[in-house]
Amino acid sequence: MSKRFTAVLSMVVLVCCAALILGQRVNAAGEGKITGTVKLDGAAPHMKGIDMSKDPYCSKAHASDPAHMEQVVTGAGGGLANVVLYLSEGYSGSPTVSTAIPVFDQKNCMYTPHVLAMDVSQTFKVVTSDQTTHNIHPNPNPMTGNVGWNQSQPPGAAPVEKSWKAPEVIPVKCNIHPWMNGWFVVVKGPYATTDADGKYTINNVPPGSYTVTAWQETYDKTTQKVTVAAGASATADFTFKAK
Amino acid sequence: MQRNTLRNWSLLLGATVALAFPVASSAQLTKYDLEKTLNTEAHVGNLTGHAKDGAADYRRYCVGCHGELGDGNGENAVWIDPKPRNFQLGVFKCRSTPTGTLPTDEDLFDSIARGFDRSNMPQWSNLTKQERVDLVAWIKHFSPRYISDKAGTPIQIAPEPAVTPERIKAGRDVFARVQCWKCHGVLGQADGPSASTLTDDLGRVILPFNFHEGARPKCGDTDQDIYRIFMTGLDGTPMPSYADNIKPDEAWDLVFYLRTLMSQKSKEKDMAKTLGLKPVDPNAPAGQQ
Repeated sequence: MSKRFTAVLSMVVLVCCAALILGQRVNAAGEGKITGTVKLDGAAPHMKGIDMSKDPYCSKAHASDPAHMEQVVTGAGGGLANVVLYLSEGYSGSPTVSTAIPVFDQKNCMYTPHVLAMDVSQTFKVVTSDQTTHNIHPNPNPMTGNVGWNQSQPPGAAPVEKSWKAPEVIPVKCNIHPWMNGWFVVVKGPYATTDADGKYTINNVPPGSYTVTAWQETYDKTTQKVTVAAGASATADFTFKAK
Repeated sequence: MQRNTLRNWSLLLGATVALAFPVASSAQLTKYDLEKTLNTEAHVGNLTGHAKDGAADYRRYCVGCHGELGDGNGENAVWIDPKPRNFQLGVFKCRSTPTGTLPTDEDLFDSIARGFDRSNMPQWSNLTKQERVDLVAWIKHFSPRYISDKAGTPIQIAPEPAVTPERIKAGRDVFARVQCWKCHGVLGQADGPSASTLTDDLGRVILPFNFHEGARPKCGDTDQDIYRIFMTGLDGTPMPSYADNIKPDEAWDLVFYLRTLMSQKSKEKDMAKTLGLKPVDPNAPAGQQ
């Protein structure tokens, strides 16, 4: 009696499991997403003010709104801006997902955005809104396969369009304005950058289990395992400890 | 059986160590890595250089500064500034090719013979052309960039026009518009507002070229060399490429104006004197010199 019950029960469980697995297969094409908030635990460090007096154009642009360094930028509720999130493990799709052309602007002698994320081989554009000459000078590690370059952009210069071969976090600077520091974060597959309040959404995530990495220029990296069901939205919140 | 277990453990240990130091292992090439590129060739004119044939000359003349592995860490390197080039990175200042591309074999061949003014790199013009082209092949064999990339296409240099006072004046306007003076100073004395803050790609202090003190530019001092320097930029340094922002005709104007800033006697200098040409005004609004 009990033996037969066990047999029936195991059959039921097997059928259920099969249905569940098959059901997922049928929906596998439906891409999901990962959303969440990245926060800073603790008080944000003081960001130094920037003395732009060596270039009157720059200092005039900030006359009423003094410029500060941007290594740690927080918004509402301790949300961390400029954090890049990407799938560091478990993703096997195309390395170049986005066809958009991200824009890196030199505006009022600062980089906007401060951190520009992109896929390998994705074209991005560097523009200038300033009436002063900048030089745009990314400095990758040549051993990664990425090759640095250094281009001038005087007032009114045409945009510079480029792409990177390999995943890497690449510092970019202007030698003429030494306070101008930014980042090109090159990844493979779906990615997102947090907004001013630390919120993000990674779109186009195929169903599956992933390691999501959050990168921040001062606090480096933290990871989390996330499972995304077909067509569904998974949540992953991250916290960096203030130093 | 026991030996196998031991081997498995040592493999595991090896893998762990390799995983723990991925940066160290990829940032520095070893002798073993370099054995794979011993067949590298170089071509200049009708000469063909072979890396293996350059090895002996490299060991005799170059290794003291550039190091056995071409990483710029020879035993003399600590004593000299500017530092010897790290050939493994495949980044070169003096090129005829656009910024971010490899130089041609001829660029490296010329650099060896020219040497670098105000550095410890002498002129190796005493070496035969065959020796130099073999050395170029040996230098290339140090960098993995030469496996994946080809040299860039040299930029076109328009034929040099005749110098006129109008061109010198127009050159001054280019100097003002693209703001060369931000680093080089209004008189070319390397004292622009950004001059004291410059660093190279490895974070070392570097000074802009001083036109005033009688030095020769590192990448050559013909008019064509000067044209090439600001159009291609000097990769690895703060000097950017202006190829997208200076037209060929304007480039010649700028070359002529730069001659007026140099202390060496020149017809450009005489013309500027006759013109009573004043240095650019850094405080003038854009386009109003």
